[in-house]
Amino acid sequence: MSLSLDEVKRIALLARIAVSDAEAAAARDQLNGIFAMIEAMQKVDTAGVEPMSHAQDVMLRLREDAVSERDQHALFQSIAPQVQDGLYLVPKVIE
Amino acid sequence: MSLENSSLRELSDALAAGQLSSVELTQRFLDRIAAANPGLNAFVTVDPERSLAQARAADARRARGEAAPLTGIPVAHKDIWCAQGWRTTCGSRMLANFTSPYDAHVIARFNDAGAILLGKCNMDEFAMGSSNETSWFGPVRNPWNPAFVPGGSSGGSAAAVAARLAPAATGTDTGGSIRQPAALCGVSGLKPTYGVVSRYGMVAFASSLDQGGPFAKSAEDLALLLNVMAGFDARDSTSLERAPEDYTRVLAAPMPGAPADRPLAGLRIGLPKQYFGAGLASDVAAAVEAALAELRRLGATTAEVDLPASDLAVPAYYVIAPAEASSNLSRFDGVRYGHRAAEYGDLVDMYCRTRAEGFGAEVKRRILIGTYVLSHGYYDAYYVKAQRIRRLIAEDYARAFAQVDVIAGPTSPTVAFEFGAKTADPVQMYLNDIYTIPANLAGLPGLSIPAGFGAGGLPVGLQLVGNYFDEARMLAIAHQYQRATDWHKRAPAGF
Repeated sequence: MSLSLDEVKRIALLARIAVSDAEAAAARDQLNGIFAMIEAMQKVDTAGVEPMSHAQDVMLRLREDAVSERDQHALFQSIAPQVQDGLYLVPKVIE
Repeated sequence: MSLENSSLRELSDALAAGQLSSVELTQRFLDRIAAANPGLNAFVTVDPERSLAQARAADARRARGEAAPLTGIPVAHKDIWCAQGWRTTCGSRMLANFTSPYDAHVIARFNDAGAILLGKCNMDEFAMGSSNETSWFGPVRNPWNPAFVPGGSSGGSAAAVAARLAPAATGTDTGGSIRQPAALCGVSGLKPTYGVVSRYGMVAFASSLDQGGPFAKSAEDLALLLNVMAGFDARDSTSLERAPEDYTRVLAAPMPGAPADRPLAGLRIGLPKQYFGAGLASDVAAAVEAALAELRRLGATTAEVDLPASDLAVPAYYVIAPAEASSNLSRFDGVRYGHRAAEYGDLVDMYCRTRAEGFGAEVKRRILIGTYVLSHGYYDAYYVKAQRIRRLIAEDYARAFAQVDVIAGPTSPTVAFEFGAKTADPVQMYLNDIYTIPANLAGLPGLSIPAGFGAGGLPVGLQLVGNYFDEARMLAIAHQYQRATDWHKRAPAGF
């Protein structure tokens, strides 16, 4: 497997990271080296092996359907880049 | 009494006897940080007034007769733990100006215990790195030789304890980030069983692997620290509901039925043949063999065990950890907290520029890997495949623990390396964690203790990996080794 420059740029856009052509080219070479290392996985037959997504086989807990948090929005929004009237401001997305 | 070389128990006793106040103790370590940190860069934030206010409160608490074992003891924290009112950077430009509005569970536990927050320790950016060279705040230097890396990602915490700038510290370990820097800096470090220490308020990297744990000068100190750190927390969905444990309870006791002069008699230690093959540096191998000989002298027996899938641990890890990271780090969007680009066009452009500016090269690389392996058409070939291999690795350990009580080997294949030695080739850097990653994938506890020195007089770590929830016995084994040896008491010259 070998990633092309266009594929790296597409992945970067999916990841919402701006990359220049030079950055994409450098990233491609390093990613291809890493994926060459990762390819070793394909040599092993894992047919019938149950995927392990978690270190402990435990069920997620349920909790009472009750209010457990107090309103701290003013505190939490005090560290936001841009807020107004309790709302987070972002560039306009709907005309 | 040398405060900086004292154990936590000795410091606690001195505080209890009134020979020392927490204010004096805290000031002593703040002075040491002020003198040494410009050279080491182990701390990114110190706030003497805030720490001393906590120390005064601890002294008052002790005067009221309400002291707990760690009341008044200063502890440094990896800058991955949110602490209310403290800047919490995670080693990243993205959070360089982030002041946490709340406490992590671990921070709250130390506060409840009356411990002093001595400062926030430097680390690889978002805990992604094995050398501390990815920090936005510059690399930490190894106290044993400033031309060499301290390991990573919890390199600041390890260096702080090694240089006696803090009596103890916390870290986190996703693929070896406590054990490897502990080995490279010559201190003791423990990664508990996954789920024992709450991840609430710990900036997330790979949530199915991340686990917090302590650094200290000895196994005895690690046990006291884990007593504070461990415990159920409903705010972490993977926190395990277990009865509280006293991790010091069997610390000094011989193994069941063992005589006092052979305290490890009856203990079966497994040596994975995969951990002693090509790739293990001869100086590290010699130190580890000597440590194993000491453990046998103390009564333990050793036998080879086979962990055949562990050769695939690094490839599987570099699918699973980046996949989880790409998801976790999507929260850094320039909207609610953290860095936002100064100039941008539309919303997507704001995200892209914010993240391009806020993240460093290694973090971007891992986000790109993760985004790719989770993308349509590649999910089964990479992500599910890696999860199947993860199962094989966990099953290898289960088979081994049917034959032996604990597994031992080197923590890292080499002693500390020089700055820049592995930065050009990420794969070479990743392979540094070849012996530590398997325990994370399986969720098992692991610790590293000093076991002598290798080339250049740099420390070597001995790793113990135990079965689930076997921390108390692992700490007892490490304690018996440390009673018989003095590697853990060696401090780097000048500190």
